[in-house]
Amino acid sequence: MLSGLISNFYETASIIVFGIGFVTLLLNRNIIKKIIGFNFMDTAIYLFLASKGYITGRIAPIVSERLGDANVVAYQAGTAVPNINNYVNPVPAGLVLTGIVVSVSFTAFFLALAVRLYRAYNTLDLHKIISIMNKEENEE
Amino acid sequence: MFLELLPFYNKYLEPASAYEITNVVQNFPFISILLSLFIGIVCLAVRPKTAMKLVFFNLGACFLLGLSTLIYCIGRGDYFIYVMGQFPAPFGNEIRVGVLEALMATAFALVMFLSLMGGLKHIFHDVLPEKQTYYFLMMEFLFTSLIALIYTNDLFTAYVFVEINTLTACAIVMLKHSKETLVATARYLMMSLLGSGLIMIGISILYDISGHLLMEDIKVAVTALAKTGKYKLPLEVVICLFAIGLGIKSALYPFHSWLPDAHGTSTSGSSAVLSGLVLKAYIILLIKMIYRVFGMEVILNSRVLNILFVLGVLAMTIGSIKAINSRDLKRMIAYSSVAQIGYIYLGIGLGPAGMAAACLQILVHAYTKPMLFNTAGAFMDEANGSRKFKDLVGAARKNMWAGIGFAVGAFSMIGIPLFAGFVVKYNLATAALTTTKLKAIVALVALVISTVLNAVYYIPALMVLFKKTDDTKDIVLFGSKTDVPFVVSNGIFIICNFILGILSFIFIDIIIMGLSMFA
Repeated sequence: MLSGLISNFYETASIIVFGIGFVTLLLNRNIIKKIIGFNFMDTAIYLFLASKGYITGRIAPIVSERLGDANVVAYQAGTAVPNINNYVNPVPAGLVLTGIVVSVSFTAFFLALAVRLYRAYNTLDLHKIISIMNKEENEE
Repeated sequence: MFLELLPFYNKYLEPASAYEITNVVQNFPFISILLSLFIGIVCLAVRPKTAMKLVFFNLGACFLLGLSTLIYCIGRGDYFIYVMGQFPAPFGNEIRVGVLEALMATAFALVMFLSLMGGLKHIFHDVLPEKQTYYFLMMEFLFTSLIALIYTNDLFTAYVFVEINTLTACAIVMLKHSKETLVATARYLMMSLLGSGLIMIGISILYDISGHLLMEDIKVAVTALAKTGKYKLPLEVVICLFAIGLGIKSALYPFHSWLPDAHGTSTSGSSAVLSGLVLKAYIILLIKMIYRVFGMEVILNSRVLNILFVLGVLAMTIGSIKAINSRDLKRMIAYSSVAQIGYIYLGIGLGPAGMAAACLQILVHAYTKPMLFNTAGAFMDEANGSRKFKDLVGAARKNMWAGIGFAVGAFSMIGIPLFAGFVVKYNLATAALTTTKLKAIVALVALVISTVLNAVYYIPALMVLFKKTDDTKDIVLFGSKTDVPFVVSNGIFIICNFILGILSFIFIDIIIMGLSMFA
């Protein structure tokens, strides 16, 4: 059990970071820290995906002579056969890119919301904001 | 049975591969997604009134496109797969259209059309003039993501559209100009992000153990894994992650805390769309995942349905109890959503037997809740914008048409025969009898308690709204200022409610046919 955790240390680390981000987003009262927690959470997933996409000893899946691809060069030199098994899986990288786009837009939206909340309530503490709101509602 | 009603479509029943395009109708689902995206962008460049007309044009067009797809699919008797671009599945992207998907897309387009129509006056009142264009832009993107979520055949595309859905839904809540919507948005956004995080890591682990993102391919891999018993723990973790992630987003009971704020404070058109459609899209995704990604057998072995069943029962009772305690009309309707979502999860929790009832409840709630929210908006007009019950005494007498709509919605929620809600309860009860004894007893008791509780808060609400006071001696049919779009939309909603209630057997046939295409 423990040896599995150590040999898959990328995955272990990413899940730990995911947990930290998740708890920060859920429990921290400060909105800015919540946003940081959200970014932790997403970054952990990218680490997980990237570590899953990487296969030891393989190179980026770009097949081009002009770029001096090691496999193409080796093939031309007659030392290797061009083989799909020489390259890492490109799909996780694509997923990470998409995830980054999503995460950036959410961060921007959340930050804009934080600015408006601060202008309206003069604090970034969500608990305080809610108690101010309830008080205002009762006064009406 | 319903098939025989449409014999003229049977000529399309030639045996064709699911991938082959044999009829122009097969392009319609993709066209409706693309059209919504395109019109959304065009909305940015035009004035709010023009944007509004474009949105209504698009929703009407998508309704017709969805309806023809539905009729085509029923005639075809099978699903079809539409490949986007020239590359087939693992490299390109594709959408898969069956009867259930087409039915939901059609119903959603109509609900969105009617909700926006009913809430139109409030949208132009509550949203700042310079932001109104953005409101319609967001609605358009929200609709795109809804139908894309229904049609998609690829897990990662589903994730992207889940995120677009969340972002636009939050923006729509925030676009009502007031301080309390900011707080509501912050809570909604926070909970939604937690849900998205869980879904995303679930997809990552699932991709890791299965090696695919396309739903069919994942199912093949997962079935093989389940047979060999390999990766048993990761698979169960993934199922739990999806159930909880989508549960948070669809306001399943312990994760519902964001819902009353978000739905209670936003403008009535937005509340209608958010509660009627946005919650349902995630549940449809969950049902699709149960059938098409994991397979019913794996799900039954993982016993996750039992958890959803228990949470559904809790939601039905506790959501209603919270609704009884609220002093605020829109908040009460929002808490009632929590209870109604509980019914859907109760149906899902009953396993294959209850799935049709769950899908029917998705439809029925999508047609009832927007009506309640829109009529609540009309009552608020008569009470100077207050949502409190104490200011709303006799409001239904000032706007009788809204009062009738609210009464129909309330009777449907309570489950009086002829109204749509009754059919759902009847189907859930009969489905419960086919499962294990314990589940059947719990489900039936929960249905009875929930029905009583629904009556406990809807009947007093009706009595308050219809109370005769000094300044409401005369009944006014259409309110102090006749709001024509609301009158029309409310009328169509009432008709739809009766259609769902009386002709429910047609919809159940279609749903069962659609579910059989999933497996």
